[in-house]
Order: sequence, then structure tokens, then C-alpha cells
Amino acid sequence: MSDVMIAARGLTKRYGPHRALDNASFEVKKGEIVGFLGPNGAGKSTTMKILTCYIAPSEGTAAIKGADIWDDPIGARAAIGYLPESTPLYGEMLVAEYLEFMGEMRGLQKDGLRKGIRRVVEECNLASFYAQEIRTLSKGQKQRVGLAQALIHEPPILILDEPMSGLDPNQAVEIRDLIRQLGKERTVILSTHNLAEVQVTCQRVLIISQGKLVADDTPQALTSRGRNRYTVVVAKGDKAREGAVREAFGKIKGVDSVRILESDSGETKLEVLPSSKDDLRADLFKAAVDGGFTLLELRQHAQNLEQIFRDLTLTASDDDEDDDDEEEEEAKPAAKAPAKAAAKDDEDEDEDEGSSKSTDKEKE
Amino acid sequence: MRNTLTIASRQFRSYFNGPVAYIVICLVMIVIGIFFWPAFFLAGRASVRQMFTLIAYSVAFAGPALTMGLLAEEKRSGTLELLITMPIREAEVILGKFLAALGLWTVLLACTLPVPISVASLGHLDWGPVWSGYLGIFLMGGAVLAIGLSFSSFTDNQLVAFFLSCFVSFLLVLVIGWILPFLGGAVANVADFISFSSHIEALARGVIDSRDVIYFLSVTGFALMVAFRALESRRWS
Repeated sequence: MSDVMIAARGLTKRYGPHRALDNASFEVKKGEIVGFLGPNGAGKSTTMKILTCYIAPSEGTAAIKGADIWDDPIGARAAIGYLPESTPLYGEMLVAEYLEFMGEMRGLQKDGLRKGIRRVVEECNLASFYAQEIRTLSKGQKQRVGLAQALIHEPPILILDEPMSGLDPNQAVEIRDLIRQLGKERTVILSTHNLAEVQVTCQRVLIISQGKLVADDTPQALTSRGRNRYTVVVAKGDKAREGAVREAFGKIKGVDSVRILESDSGETKLEVLPSSKDDLRADLFKAAVDGGFTLLELRQHAQNLEQIFRDLTLTASDDDEDDDDEEEEEAKPAAKAPAKAAAKDDEDEDEDEGSSKSTDKEKE
Repeated sequence: MRNTLTIASRQFRSYFNGPVAYIVICLVMIVIGIFFWPAFFLAGRASVRQMFTLIAYSVAFAGPALTMGLLAEEKRSGTLELLITMPIREAEVILGKFLAALGLWTVLLACTLPVPISVASLGHLDWGPVWSGYLGIFLMGGAVLAIGLSFSSFTDNQLVAFFLSCFVSFLLVLVIGWILPFLGGAVANVADFISFSSHIEALARGVIDSRDVIYFLSVTGFALMVAFRALESRRWS
């Protein structure tokens, strides 16, 4: 039997003239934890809703553990444990009643149901609030109940839409650990905005932008194929005026853009973005020498997943409209993300990993 | 069928976790208490026809109140997405919800049983028309509940579902019956055919006419089909 658990072929979803999903094809194999990334309205939730047979694609199809979503939607749904965004639960029910109901809906009966409930109570650590009304639970506890219902029938595939949104850092770590644990035996697809979470949790990343899949690789491969960037600090002097420095570095072959990050009375800090993966440190140093600038610092930064994500999706997040109501709520934090990321660029030590080197040289 | 009963059972229990079921039952009992007994003692006849009339009027608001949240609230809270992505059919969801509402309607009718029992203790009550009246009011309630469920399947706003189904229910249960004497010709015939009050009248008198039974069952089936189609249509929206 093939180890392909999800095979999406040419999935397209149109809402009037707008394409929420545009010819998306991908496969997910047994035992993979796949992070589904994309800006708001990119089509993440739409894809998940199609895979769970909640909505139908306008074109294309998908097979869930061999069951086609058109020909055998019940079979496809049976293979999936699904946690929708915002974790919808019946607040008036007790956790125990809720799990029993969801288990029965998943076709479990008597002994199977009892065993299933016992297992998820243990796996998701629900014992302390098992007899409590769902509406009285904290967000993290509700999330665990949501995960428990998705796991109760031991599905081979888990689809989790924003499983960590709205959780505090401690709760997020708990859920992340749980997902990693679950991913050892199951295929997991999770959509998220949290790139750090993807790097820690997922073996593979699918990035979707404007309904199109723009990247499909491991987090490591994605970051390694990105272009490096450089920060250069030069001392201010007669020759090293801001314009002159920018012009000198801008002339280097392979430099895409030069941006002044900071400028005070003593020094100027610039960011140099290359147009290729070539190492420009020697050229930058030579340009500084030729220009007569005092080079205080030259640093190379490996591009992280956040920058890759921005590169691949920035144009989409600027002019995209939300494709569904659920995703509208995410718009604000996501719109802030690039700005935050830009502000962090200079300070974030994580970015300096890999080939970061500092060269203090003084001309003359 | 098992899935249908599981959904019906959960929904039925959830009725009693909230205030709607208690409010509706209490209101109907109060209406009967206030309007039936004075008329009964005034008439001095051991009959409960008046009670069925009152229940028929009550169902026009009680039905929509019981059904307004069945799908609209699930849509609003997002639980419908989870329910629909279970390995079950949309028809099972609709049928389960309908059965839950019908179950509550049965409980409500059972709460009115002390009325004919009391009447029987006060005089000679013919139980034939009582049971046929209950059958008629049960079928009419089913039709109103199915109409309410279909409106609930179109929206995620309970109030919208309530007012729309109230409007249609009042039209079918009361308004058409009221304006019938002022109509004539073919229009009167059509209005008489679609009016719920015309079909409940014979049943309340003790006459079980298969046409009345089939009419209520047809309306119920049609409304449930509409609800099913509305739920299914989300896939293509």
C-alpha cells in the first residue's frame, strides 16, 4: 500500500471571480508533520476545508488515504481527525459528554468508545477537568479538548487549523509538544502563522500565497536556499557620507539594494541585499577600502524562515482580500508581522546563526 | 440511523441545558391555563377542542423558538463545520435535529395531558377526538418545526431564522384561516388547501382524513428537503 496519505491534485476554489485556491497540488506521506503557511486569505483554511470535505473544490480533487473526496467523502472524513480554527465546542456539555458524543459520531461504540476516551484523556491530559463544563475551561484546556475529539478514533491523519492561535506561551508549548508526540505515529497537517513553531514542529513546509503553492520543502532546505544579507557599519568621515557609502556598495556586482538602517554622528549602519547566493563579503570589504571608508563591522546573516516567508508572500499579503470569514480575524496580527520582523532584523541574535562573521577592519 | 439518533439525543439534552425549552413549555401551559378553563366552564361541555385550537396558535411561535438555533447557532459557533466533517451524511444531521425538536414537541404535548384527564374527571369525555386531535397537532407541529429548521439552515443568525419562520408559520396556521371567508373562487380553494387550520379542524373533531395526514407529512418532507439542500449548498458556495 502506498504511503501517500494525502494527495491533492489541481485543487482550485473560486468565489466569484476570486480564486481562493489556484491549482494547488501536493502530497503528504505517512508520518509527516507538515506546516501549512501563508498570509491571510492565501487559501490555507480553504484547502483544509476541502480536504475535510466541508466544501468542494471548483476544480481538482484530493485523495485522503486513498478515498477520493468526490467519490467517497465519508471514507475520506473517516480517516481524518480535524480541529477547525477557533476550536468550536459545545460549551454547555461536560468534557466527558462531549468526548462520548464525538466518539459516537466517529462510529465508536461501547468498549471501543470507553477505550478511546480513556486514551485521549491520558494523551491530552484532560483528567483534571474531565467532569467540568466546557464553557468554564481556559483557552488551552479547550484546545486540548478539541485535540482529544480529533484523536478519539485514532485517525491516521490529523488536520489542525491554527491549533496554537490565542494560546499563551506556556499553553502553546504544551500543545506543540503534544502535536510532536502525535506526529510520531500520524500524518499531521497544521496551519499556522507562527514560523518559529513550524521550524520546531514540522518536517516539511508548504507555503501558499494568493491561492498558489509557492514553496514545498523542509524548513532547513528553505532557509538554506535563501539569499544571505549583510549589515555593514562604517565610521562617518569626510569621504564616508551616507550617499557616498550607499552608492559605493550599490555599485558592487551582485548587490540588489542598499538600505541605511541607522545613522548617527559617529557611524552609519547599512543593510546590503544581494541578488544571488554569492558571497559578497570580499567585494564589500574591497569597496570600503576603495572608497576610503573606515569599516567598523561587516556581518553576514543567513536568511531565516520568516524572511523566506516574507519574500514569497509579501506581495500577496498587501493586496489580498480574505477568502473567508474565519481568516478575517487574523488580518491585523499578520499585517503587523512584516513590520515587526523588520524591526527585529537588527536585533535578533537568532538571525546571526550559521555563517555570521564579524570583521573589524580599519583602513589606513 | 445510529448517527441520526446520536445527534437527536445530544440536541434533545441540550434543549434542557438552556432556557428555551422551559420557556416555551411554560408559555404554552400558561396560554392553555388562562384561555381554556374559563371557556370550558362557560360552555359547560366536556370537550378539549378549544385546547387544540390554543396549541395550534401557540405552535406558530413555539415551533420557530425551538428550531431557530438548531443550525443557525451551530453555524455561528463553528460547531457545524466539525459536525459536517464527521463521517456522516448531511441528511443524518438534518433528520437528527428534526427528531430532537419533534421529541421536545412531544414532551410539550405530554405536558398538556392533565387537561383532558381533568376534563374527563369533570364530565363524560369522548377520547376519540382527543387522540385524533393530538395526532393532528403532533403532525402540524412537525410541519412547523420542519419549516423552522429549513429557515435555520439558511442563516447563522437565530433571530432572523425565528422571525422568518414565525412569519410563515403565522401565515399558514392563522392568517390564511382568518382571510379565507373574504376570498372566493380558485384563490379560496388554494388558500383552504394550504391553510393548516383547515387541515387540523377535522382531526380535532375526531375525523382522521388521510388527506390531512398526507398534507402535513408532505409539508414536513418538503421543508426538510429544503433544509438538506441548504446545508449541502455550503459545499458549492
